[in-house]
Amino acid sequence: MTATPARAYRPPAPLGGRRGSAAGRRRSLTALAFLAPALVILGAFVAWPMISAFRLSFTDASGFGAEEFVGLDNYVRVFTDPDIRDAVLNTLWYTVLFTPTAVISALLLALVLNSPNLPFRGFFRTALFLPFIVSLAVGAFAWSYLLDPRLGLLNYWLQGLGVQLGDVLEDPSLAMPAVALVAVWKNFGFYMVIFLAGLQDIPASLYEAAKVDGAGPLRRFANITVPLLSNTFAFVLTFALIASFQAFDQIYVMTGGGPYGHTQTIVMEIYESGFRKLELGFASALSYVLLIGTLLLSLVQFVFFGRREEDLT
Amino acid sequence: MSGTLAARRRIRPGSIAALLGMLVVTALVLLPIAIIVLTAFKPNAEVNAYPPTLAPTNWTLDNLGRIVTELPFGRLAINSVIFAGGVTLFALVFDSLAAYALARIDFRGRKVLLIAIIASLMIPFQATLIPVYQLVAELGWINTFAGLIAPRAADAFGIFLLRQFFLALPLDLDNAARIDGASEFRIFRSIVLPNAVPALMTLGVFTFVNNWNDLLWPLVFTNQAEMGTITSGLTLLTGPGGIIPYGVMMAGSLIAVLPLVVGFLFVQRRFIDNIATTGLK
Repeated sequence: MTATPARAYRPPAPLGGRRGSAAGRRRSLTALAFLAPALVILGAFVAWPMISAFRLSFTDASGFGAEEFVGLDNYVRVFTDPDIRDAVLNTLWYTVLFTPTAVISALLLALVLNSPNLPFRGFFRTALFLPFIVSLAVGAFAWSYLLDPRLGLLNYWLQGLGVQLGDVLEDPSLAMPAVALVAVWKNFGFYMVIFLAGLQDIPASLYEAAKVDGAGPLRRFANITVPLLSNTFAFVLTFALIASFQAFDQIYVMTGGGPYGHTQTIVMEIYESGFRKLELGFASALSYVLLIGTLLLSLVQFVFFGRREEDLT
Repeated sequence: MSGTLAARRRIRPGSIAALLGMLVVTALVLLPIAIIVLTAFKPNAEVNAYPPTLAPTNWTLDNLGRIVTELPFGRLAINSVIFAGGVTLFALVFDSLAAYALARIDFRGRKVLLIAIIASLMIPFQATLIPVYQLVAELGWINTFAGLIAPRAADAFGIFLLRQFFLALPLDLDNAARIDGASEFRIFRSIVLPNAVPALMTLGVFTFVNNWNDLLWPLVFTNQAEMGTITSGLTLLTGPGGIIPYGVMMAGSLIAVLPLVVGFLFVQRRFIDNIATTGLK
């Protein structure tokens, strides 16, 4: 969760001596004492594993016996293995299905909820946020049941409307939309609340002034809401994109990557190659590809929208 | 005055349409939650009957009875509480200590450390899962609470969130206390923490919910059924060889979500408001 870039950072007024002085050294020691527990944890379980995974990715480590240096073999396999290529394409397909649906539905619902004329706003806000606290795994059970070809209520209702879905989770073209839908269901409420907060930060006086100047609702939306919400939008978008790169839980529960590998994602591959087939070296190389993809995405967000924020403030 | 009244009247039909639309959307969004609750109390015969129904005609506790025999459910529930609660407790303490140093103490290397922490926000935990697993295994912590909790006892996101919040708190009180000779820890505990309750609560709820709900983490760090969590335990019942009636599955799901939903309904208003005010956007 990358929060908005920090507001102009002002260090607290230093009290006592300068940094080099005895008081400064004492302050450094105090700071270290405050930081130590977190640094130990992050060092051991984030920084060191990063280095370790990098090293592993050039070996044939399997968890047993000696590991041999294999150069770029694992990376060559990542980029040539047709299963991995499919997993990457599946992850991208999942991203295309999940991200716009989740972000746009969240934005639309936030806009409706932000209208002062809507009654029961508090109720709607809470009800729509509720799936966010349900686990993807449990949500996946419920959706599997709703979509069951014979026993599923949703399937039955849709048949009543003339829509024959059949066995959604066994259908190579419908399985991925189904698992993406579960993630949309779980996450849109959270994105919606973030959009609502962004909308409420826009000063009402701007709308009043525009109204006085004769701007209609559409102009007000295009000229006030859109530009002032663009940072929130960028944050939610990046957040949703990163989440979609990590798709795992509901897929593990609903399809196990099937049918015929059609919902096999990158994290599913990492889990299977790393923890089922014990190809630790290969799984590490795959992890690094995921990591670099995520970092690139964050960087794009930072470069494009970081600058935008400065323009606005 | 008449202008605003007219405007309000003009909006009315629109807001009725909006209300109806919202009701439909909300009903659909709540359908999976309703199906969990209602199916948990539905007898097997009704679950398997065609056409499917929403609510049971004869309510039963059989499914809830059966789920506790299929799985060591009491044990899994305790595991979930210790795991999610332990991670939350440690992370709140360690994150707020680190955030205090980064927000309030002027020391050499602060900027570099802050950048490193922000950079590590972007590392997905799935990317380091294998070496973390190896490390936990070397420590002999597989199937232990230490193995489940320690790697998450501090996290970059929490540190960053709390630092942002601490920065926004006024410095006057700190400085007054410092002049009176209070130690940094005293200032942290008696001035900064009490004023940071909304941020701590938001972070705490997030951490607890995320860990309670996490599937991959307990799947990786435990391989004995009785060390799993409710979330990972439930998945033992599905998949190949684990075919189980939907009623029992939904009963298990109900037990998994009930504590979170009840807890959430108590804090929801403040929690959602806090998301808006603690910089989580």
